[in-house]
Amino acid sequence: MKIKRILSLMLRHLYLIKASVPRIIDLIYWPTVQIILWGFVSKFFTMHSTYFNNTAGIILSAAILYDFLFRSSISYNMLFLEEIWSRNLINLFVSPLKVGEIVIALTCTALLRTLIGLVPAVLIAIPLFGISLLQLGYPLILLLLSLYIFGITLGLLVTSGLVRYGPSFENIAWASLFFIAPIGCIYYPVEILPSWLQPIALALPLAHIFEETRSILINHTVNFSNIYHALMLNAVYLGIALITFYQSFKSAKVKGSLINVGE
Amino acid sequence: MKQLELIQLEKKFGAFEAVKKISFSIEKNQTVALLGPNGCGKTTTIAMILGLITPTSGTITIHNQTLGKEHHYLSKMNFASPYVELPKKLKVIENLKVYAMMYEVQNSKNKIEQLIEELNLAPILYKKTGELSSGQRNRVSLAKAIINDPEILLLDEPTASLDPDTGDFIRTFLENYKKKNSMATLLASHNMDEVTRLSDYVLMMKEGSIIDEGTANDLITKHGREDLEEVFLKLARQNEN
Repeated sequence: MKIKRILSLMLRHLYLIKASVPRIIDLIYWPTVQIILWGFVSKFFTMHSTYFNNTAGIILSAAILYDFLFRSSISYNMLFLEEIWSRNLINLFVSPLKVGEIVIALTCTALLRTLIGLVPAVLIAIPLFGISLLQLGYPLILLLLSLYIFGITLGLLVTSGLVRYGPSFENIAWASLFFIAPIGCIYYPVEILPSWLQPIALALPLAHIFEETRSILINHTVNFSNIYHALMLNAVYLGIALITFYQSFKSAKVKGSLINVGE
Repeated sequence: MKQLELIQLEKKFGAFEAVKKISFSIEKNQTVALLGPNGCGKTTTIAMILGLITPTSGTITIHNQTLGKEHHYLSKMNFASPYVELPKKLKVIENLKVYAMMYEVQNSKNKIEQLIEELNLAPILYKKTGELSSGQRNRVSLAKAIINDPEILLLDEPTASLDPDTGDFIRTFLENYKKKNSMATLLASHNMDEVTRLSDYVLMMKEGSIIDEGTANDLITKHGREDLEEVFLKLARQNEN
């Protein structure tokens, strides 16, 4: 594992971001629109719902956190797809870069890409809706960490598919988070789900993360068991995703599909 | 001294045998050309050497060390092919900086300056790689391929789709580069003049096997033909009917 090699791949993507103003605007535009939309929805619910009326911004906070997850995962996928679209993957695979170094470089760059998009949107929410994520207090760091790990986990699973099946797997990349959103219990408690679906939801870190977010905002108490469960589940899923990624890479080498990933 | 040795290397994709237990070696300062019709196994062979494809059986030895699951030699190897592109949206200079860093090139600033001069990259240095002509892009790819002063260089059709002038520039550059740097080069090409000019030894492949080998002149004499192209045609069409 060499830092210089990891930095080289990060540099390649930073050059790309730096070179294009439309690309930067695109990164900022969607989270901003999303947060403004959910800001108004949140305001409406706060005024008309007994559940939400004492907790301004519960929906908006959930929307911001979900967007953080969404951007992390999509950023990871986008960085990998960028290598496919530019037909540069072979150059990376025949360089001294190790697979683990590629994963770390993309993970770090995805975080940067996510923050470029999300920080302005989060800042806009403060004067516009009077909502700040900081009201979640120090557990916010653990919640963001959990979401980020899960975002990268999903990104790894999708890129495993891209390595194994090529760009035809691209649509799955875009749809991956929408599959999980309904059982992620982002905007509603787990109890809303049918009883048979609840264990499935609780097997995902998302339900615990958003349950905890609501708990902090509504009850003003931190339930560390939710945070602990989310981090433990994340560790398991991340492990599975890493094994899947390495296996798909190995399988692509055996099948010879690695040289056609960009075709 | 053998830089690269392939022993009984085989690759099967299901029932299809893409490469059938081929063996050859390349010595320091030697250029070996792989010739053969499309689909004969050249690219698969190169991909196995680069670690992109796992061989079904056989061994690849570099400096007497057999390659295992982990390719330990990629920092001393490099590769160029017109079918593999550098990031199009990056400027030429940015691509060179990224790959110099990736290959952990010592004194990368000097190395990049040297490549800019030798490959005449100064006029295109701040252009985006995707906006270059195929000849210019080829020069940049070649710069990337030698940025780490490779001990083993793999070239897959390095002058495909280039005009004669640019093709000649690349061949002349490779000839001069070889004189100054003792490396082993494996060249896959369909351009017989290029093979005759650049290679010290030729391997003729067909349907996954090496069907003949020797220096270009030896092969021409052995098959009683005028040039290497005629030898190629004879061997490629053999047993076709």
